[in-house]
Amino acid sequence: MYKYIIKRMLLMIPTLIGAAVIVFFLLRAIPGDVCVLKMAGTGMYADPEAIAICQKELGLDKPLIMAADSQFVDFVWGFITFDLGESMWTGRSISEEIGLRFELSLQVAIMATVIGVIIAIPLGTISAIKQDTWIDYIVRTFSIAGIAMPSFWLGIIIILGLLIITNSITGEPWMPPIEYTPLWVDPWANLSQLIWPTVATGYRYSAVTTRMTRSVLLEVLREDYVRTARAKGLLEKLIINRHALKNSLLPVTTVIGLEFAFLMGGLVVTEQVFNLNGLGKLLVESVLATDYTMTQSLVMLVATVFILTNFFIDILYAWLDPRIRYS
Amino acid sequence: MSKWKKHSILALTITLALAVWTFGPGPAEAVKRGGILKFVVGSKIPSYDGHRETTFGVIHPIRPLYSILIRINPDNPQSPTDFVCDVCAGSVPKATDGGKTYTFKIRNDIWFHNGAKLTSADVKATFDKIIFPPKGIPSARKAFFTSVASISAPDKSTVVFKLKYASGAFIPALANPFNWIYSKADLDKHGFRWHQKNINGSGAFRFVQHKPGAFVEGKRYEKYHLKGKPYLDGYRAISAPKMSIRLQAIRGGRAFIEFRGFPPKARDDLKKALGNKLTVQESDWNCNLLFTPNNKRAPFDNPDVRRALTLAVDRWGGSKYLSRIAIVRGVGGMVFPKHPLAATKAELQKIAGYWPDLKKSRAEAKRLLKKAGVDMNKTYIFSNRGVDQPYRVVGTWLIDQWRSVGFKFKQEVKPSPAFYASLRKKHDWDVSMDFNCQSVINPLADVSKFLSDDISGNQYGQYQNRKLDKWFDQMNRASDPAEQRKFMRMYEKEALDTSAHQFITLWWFKINPHRSFVKGWKIAPSHYLNQSLDQIWLDQ
Repeated sequence: MYKYIIKRMLLMIPTLIGAAVIVFFLLRAIPGDVCVLKMAGTGMYADPEAIAICQKELGLDKPLIMAADSQFVDFVWGFITFDLGESMWTGRSISEEIGLRFELSLQVAIMATVIGVIIAIPLGTISAIKQDTWIDYIVRTFSIAGIAMPSFWLGIIIILGLLIITNSITGEPWMPPIEYTPLWVDPWANLSQLIWPTVATGYRYSAVTTRMTRSVLLEVLREDYVRTARAKGLLEKLIINRHALKNSLLPVTTVIGLEFAFLMGGLVVTEQVFNLNGLGKLLVESVLATDYTMTQSLVMLVATVFILTNFFIDILYAWLDPRIRYS
Repeated sequence: MSKWKKHSILALTITLALAVWTFGPGPAEAVKRGGILKFVVGSKIPSYDGHRETTFGVIHPIRPLYSILIRINPDNPQSPTDFVCDVCAGSVPKATDGGKTYTFKIRNDIWFHNGAKLTSADVKATFDKIIFPPKGIPSARKAFFTSVASISAPDKSTVVFKLKYASGAFIPALANPFNWIYSKADLDKHGFRWHQKNINGSGAFRFVQHKPGAFVEGKRYEKYHLKGKPYLDGYRAISAPKMSIRLQAIRGGRAFIEFRGFPPKARDDLKKALGNKLTVQESDWNCNLLFTPNNKRAPFDNPDVRRALTLAVDRWGGSKYLSRIAIVRGVGGMVFPKHPLAATKAELQKIAGYWPDLKKSRAEAKRLLKKAGVDMNKTYIFSNRGVDQPYRVVGTWLIDQWRSVGFKFKQEVKPSPAFYASLRKKHDWDVSMDFNCQSVINPLADVSKFLSDDISGNQYGQYQNRKLDKWFDQMNRASDPAEQRKFMRMYEKEALDTSAHQFITLWWFKINPHRSFVKGWKIAPSHYLNQSLDQIWLDQ
């Protein structure tokens, strides 16, 4: 098992290096200049000298590669030494900027995962057990709607719905807060803001997981060992809980893990819809502002979260299924 | 006097008295103190240093923390020529020495938020940084002050600006809302970059905190020099990049106002939802959209072809219809339509593209295109910015206008970074959308966009026209407004018509819907102006 873990950890290094190289060069291939955008993007007179100074300050005048002080060397060295540098747009420390938003994104990811799992596992199981009954049809419709409906669209509908409904009841339209309050400062304010985006994303999350749970469970229920259990006269409840569900959760765990990793940086549109100051919104803003340093750091963060999540899933797999670690 | 006459006079007097009582101005609304003004801002803060930044994303949340030397009159912000003192004492001084010397007396009751007294030395240090920045220190508005020869502070309450020549552009440039007064001690002790990340102003509000990407918070400065102000306890500038969120935030009471502006449809939706809980203020806006032909690329290197482009555009009709769906309205030349230097309607109608007879105008466009032998089967590239309001709306309209004379264009919509790379460096377009957006209305400086590209910092048509450069210089040195006006007309006619280098489409129109309990704020013709927040109060 230790050998397996070390092997998996070593594999993470080339993956991260590959991601770093790709993100660095792809960003520079996109036309645009953060200094020009800052100074000329408002339609005002743009002082060429001020733009040149800004470019020098940000190191944009340095060679891209092939020099000891090139932009690529700076980036790689910063990543190795965990010094992410400063945002090209705000001049603030990237670690500080990410730290400010990490808490919110993590909370949304956890809450959406909890909602998703709580809905998905029972629904997927019921749907598989009651295959081709009216219950199955309802669950399938519910889950297909969740996949088909983008979370941001659902978010917009939720906000508009709240505004209209509260206005008709109280005479004053109400919408969720647009400023983040940490859970430990004011739980009520925190939940009244985050519950809505969590529902919007959790629904999509649950839809994907429900479908996965259903299809895997249906497959497992047709396995020989389930048939044997039935032949032995075991209770159906026991067969499902002890034999079928446990085994079917392996691929479901993968989906849950990947979805969680996605939520950490991938809620780009939903965060905008609910004005959540999270990592997704920061990523969109930094891409639009051609803020190379911030975009690179965020992409690397998301890549790291993905790789780590996959790593833990692999370990979990190996622990649950010895055939994997010995193969 | 007969009885009848007496009764008539009495009846008339009573009627008049009743009319005055009913319709006349009531007692001034009593200002209420306290409350936190919540407003939404659609742009990010690059740094706190107003001297180097140009975005309203800095003005809206940070300007209330600073004072400036002079400002537009907050009670009369629609006037392009009404300036009042902020840090200076009394009224804005008149120039002496043939218009070449301005002497400002500085108030002696102003303290920075750190407790230090504000003196003329701080004002001098501030403008030295803006006008004569040390090497390596960027100053976004240095070019506005090319007329300034020196600044001195002979005593603690006097600042003297000496100009190289009398300039009508000087006072409006001084009133620029980014010219925040910094403490000389801060500059001396911490250097010229300290203000990028730190704040020590003397404005109506003190800095409390800034959560990047979330909000900026300010609280009332008790020692503010304008006695009795500010009325608010504080403010919270909430970052909300998406327009739909800013709109719903006002509707749902999460914010009370947004100072940049909304499109007409958003105003109508809000009004429908909130009724009399919403007040709408509207104004002409000191921003315009231009379309700029690539003056170096065939067939647009031919003035006739460029002239045909502007002749095809129906600005008078466009103003009427586009203003229903986009934030544009005013038909104007180079100068903000309400400024004394702007062309009158009669003057405007003599310029190509503004003729009152559209049929004649388009017939002339067709004739010019035929004469120039333009390949009408070819599709030309129109580069546009990927921002809906008003770029894409006006861009789509322009393509339709050009089609009316047989000119085919394909609109290439790009995200802002790619658009600017294309506009400024690549020049891979035949015609591009461009825009000119300023704060204080200062036509003598604002029209510098039309100068030759080796002089102007933001002319992207790639042309050089020394006639324009000469007239611009003469206009800026002319002290007589009539003479300035004469040069402005020549300059305008040359750039928009005779040489037809680049063209104004329509001027923007600013729409600010806000909660009705927000009082005291008057809309200005720019989203950069009237943002000190010291006159705002909440009727709650």
